[in-house]
Amino acid sequence: MGVKQLGIVGQSVKRRDGMGHVTGQTQYVDDVFYPNMLWLKMVRSPISRGIIHGIDTSKAEAFPGVVAVITAKDVPNNWYTILCLIGVEPNDEPVLAHEEVMYMGEPICAIVAETEAIAAEAAALVKLDIEELPPVLELEFAIRPDAPAIKKWGNNTFMYDGYNHRKLRFGDFETAIQKADYVIEGTYSLSPIEHAPIETHCCVVKPEPDGRLTVHTNTQALYFTMDNTAIILQVPSQRLHMVGGTVGGGFGGKVDVITEPITCIAAMKTGRPVKWRWTREEEMRKSSTRAAVKMQYTDGVMNDGRIIARKVRSLEDAGAYHRHSPYGVQKHMANLPGPYTIPNVWVDAYCVYTNRQPSSAMRGFGVTEATFAVECQMERIARTIGIDSWEIRLINAYRNGQMRPVQKVVEDATLIETIQAAAELIGYDLPSHLKAMSSDDYAGNGGRHHG
Amino acid sequence: MAKHYGRGIAAVNYPTGMNLGGDPTQALIFCQPTGGFSVKLASTDLGQGLKTVIAQIAAETLGVPFDSVLVDTGDTDSAPHCMGTFASRGTHRVGNAVIMAANEARKALMDVAADEMEAAPEDLVLENGEIYVKGAPERKTNVFNVALAAHFKYGKTISGRGIYMKQKSSVDPETGACDPDSTEAHATTVAEVEVDDETGEVKVLRLSSAYEVGRQINPEMVHGQIVSGAVMGMAHALTETVFPYYPALDHHTHSFGEYIIPTALDIPEIESVVLEYPSSNGPYGVKGVGEMTANSPIPAIVNAIYDAVGVWVTDLPVTPEKVLRALEEKDQ
Repeated sequence: MGVKQLGIVGQSVKRRDGMGHVTGQTQYVDDVFYPNMLWLKMVRSPISRGIIHGIDTSKAEAFPGVVAVITAKDVPNNWYTILCLIGVEPNDEPVLAHEEVMYMGEPICAIVAETEAIAAEAAALVKLDIEELPPVLELEFAIRPDAPAIKKWGNNTFMYDGYNHRKLRFGDFETAIQKADYVIEGTYSLSPIEHAPIETHCCVVKPEPDGRLTVHTNTQALYFTMDNTAIILQVPSQRLHMVGGTVGGGFGGKVDVITEPITCIAAMKTGRPVKWRWTREEEMRKSSTRAAVKMQYTDGVMNDGRIIARKVRSLEDAGAYHRHSPYGVQKHMANLPGPYTIPNVWVDAYCVYTNRQPSSAMRGFGVTEATFAVECQMERIARTIGIDSWEIRLINAYRNGQMRPVQKVVEDATLIETIQAAAELIGYDLPSHLKAMSSDDYAGNGGRHHG
Repeated sequence: MAKHYGRGIAAVNYPTGMNLGGDPTQALIFCQPTGGFSVKLASTDLGQGLKTVIAQIAAETLGVPFDSVLVDTGDTDSAPHCMGTFASRGTHRVGNAVIMAANEARKALMDVAADEMEAAPEDLVLENGEIYVKGAPERKTNVFNVALAAHFKYGKTISGRGIYMKQKSSVDPETGACDPDSTEAHATTVAEVEVDDETGEVKVLRLSSAYEVGRQINPEMVHGQIVSGAVMGMAHALTETVFPYYPALDHHTHSFGEYIIPTALDIPEIESVVLEYPSSNGPYGVKGVGEMTANSPIPAIVNAIYDAVGVWVTDLPVTPEKVLRALEEKDQ
């Protein structure tokens, strides 16, 4: 390509932290120890949905070696609404549950003890009195009007500007689908997956003599975590000193602010350093997952392979609480049509709440799922109408200067060039009319654009 | 009973930066007395190599040797705000902020050099830490000397401030119109698989991909993203789920014993080619390649399975059980 040669940019210099990582010398949060440090373990909901009638911590408190027990009343602002920083509301997730539980594993109270083993043993002594309710677990059921509303606002979806889904409307789907030679449908779904970082969630908080807290954290976003923690603690952010920046794998899971607030409260309450490190089981079963998503596509396609209309209905399983899902579904909406020029598009994307461990950010969320559905659907179209798999993509690929369904003009498009390069890489000889295509050839897919 | 070969393709886009923008990152750079440059960031290196590529971008912009640039990440007391490492934004956002800071620091450096050399700043050339007068290479000094002079002779700072932010856009609630990205990277993956119609097992033989990432700051690390992403995508397609019987809660996984992630022996042949079409707003034309590499392998593998045995299994993960059930259904 005609890219200007630079100096050190473009050189494969050795990564600076590589040797530390592969020889085990990099310091991660769990490598931080302080004298006199306490350990924290969480008591969690054993059921998926219920009303809390009682939390009896007396036996745990009396257990030798237990220094503190933390419940909802110890949390100055007991709301964990991390996207409040970008205006997402209303509050829906407590830091520690006290009225109801919404998923199996929801945190209820924290035990702070001299050793990790004592904390774990004492956690098992907390007696929970929870009245079980039938959980809502299935997406289609959750959005039915007669489904029990697990959210206080009266339904089971995030509300986008008064709608229970995010809309995308471009052109006129209903008219266009009538003119299509083929109507091709496909349903695509994913179940939740785990980030599986080698380093599990971990936080160490040390109260300093000047009254500040040093917070060793493996967050992916230090200031985001600091500000959210300060909001929960109801202290100025300046009281917190976040130390991190080196993480043993995040993949989006560590954009949650899930360990820092409680560990800070434990350190403030006891005046001693506290460590909370998650087990692999907690990482798998209690930390956020990638959301399950179900996407239904209905495409109107002409005999020559041009897609003239696309309708998508997508249900994303946010689990019990917002976390990052309202943002993820917004991003999902924008990507559901795919990188193709389709003049008539209709998308309804739902962020649905269920009594499942919350899903949240994970590598590419919103896009990964859309991409999976779009590209399987493209193949289905090719196979259904008998057109070549390369050609169906190339003739519909978006070109620079065309209008995307989100009403942003395409720029920096190179889908066509990567398709051509992939064919060349595997030694597949594309026909000359496909080789001649370019992302700068505005008229290459018929010059189609909206309006 | 046989093993069937299949090939599938998938072509994808990936947006760089937080959806709708409004996600700033700042950088500070200061020069030490002997000419080292410290880049202060509150950004996070998740293992993807941010510290290294940022040092490359800073060295390139400053005009100093790579080894003289130090990158300090991860301390809110000593570095200004960064929105975080996610949304394939790190190299794009942090890189842009660092270029802005480096340009300011470079200007301060060259002003001192001009005083020291009794030349106009615009007549000076800075290359790899060496400074000389244009057209008169014998009139030269270096960053080491200029930094010392700045600190102890002139009493001047050599430092720079940088920020990058894409303005936040709103969403039209009726049409969904919005500005969802800063730029778009692209990729096409070809998956080759072998499907055993007796066991339902899918073996991925090869993943071949073409990526377009704007500009590669460090090609070996881009390659690392492509290879590791391909494996993560393959696992997402075929084995990973915490709820094997979703939406039911049964058999919720709790360890790597049942949560199946590929090991070295499972990794197929992975080959790739990288194209560079610089973006208009990325540092030196960068587009984000962080997240997207796990995406295209998923549909490419599902499409290859269809090519091999003629069934659509579009409910991830594509376990042997689902393949066998689909084959059974097809035969009826």
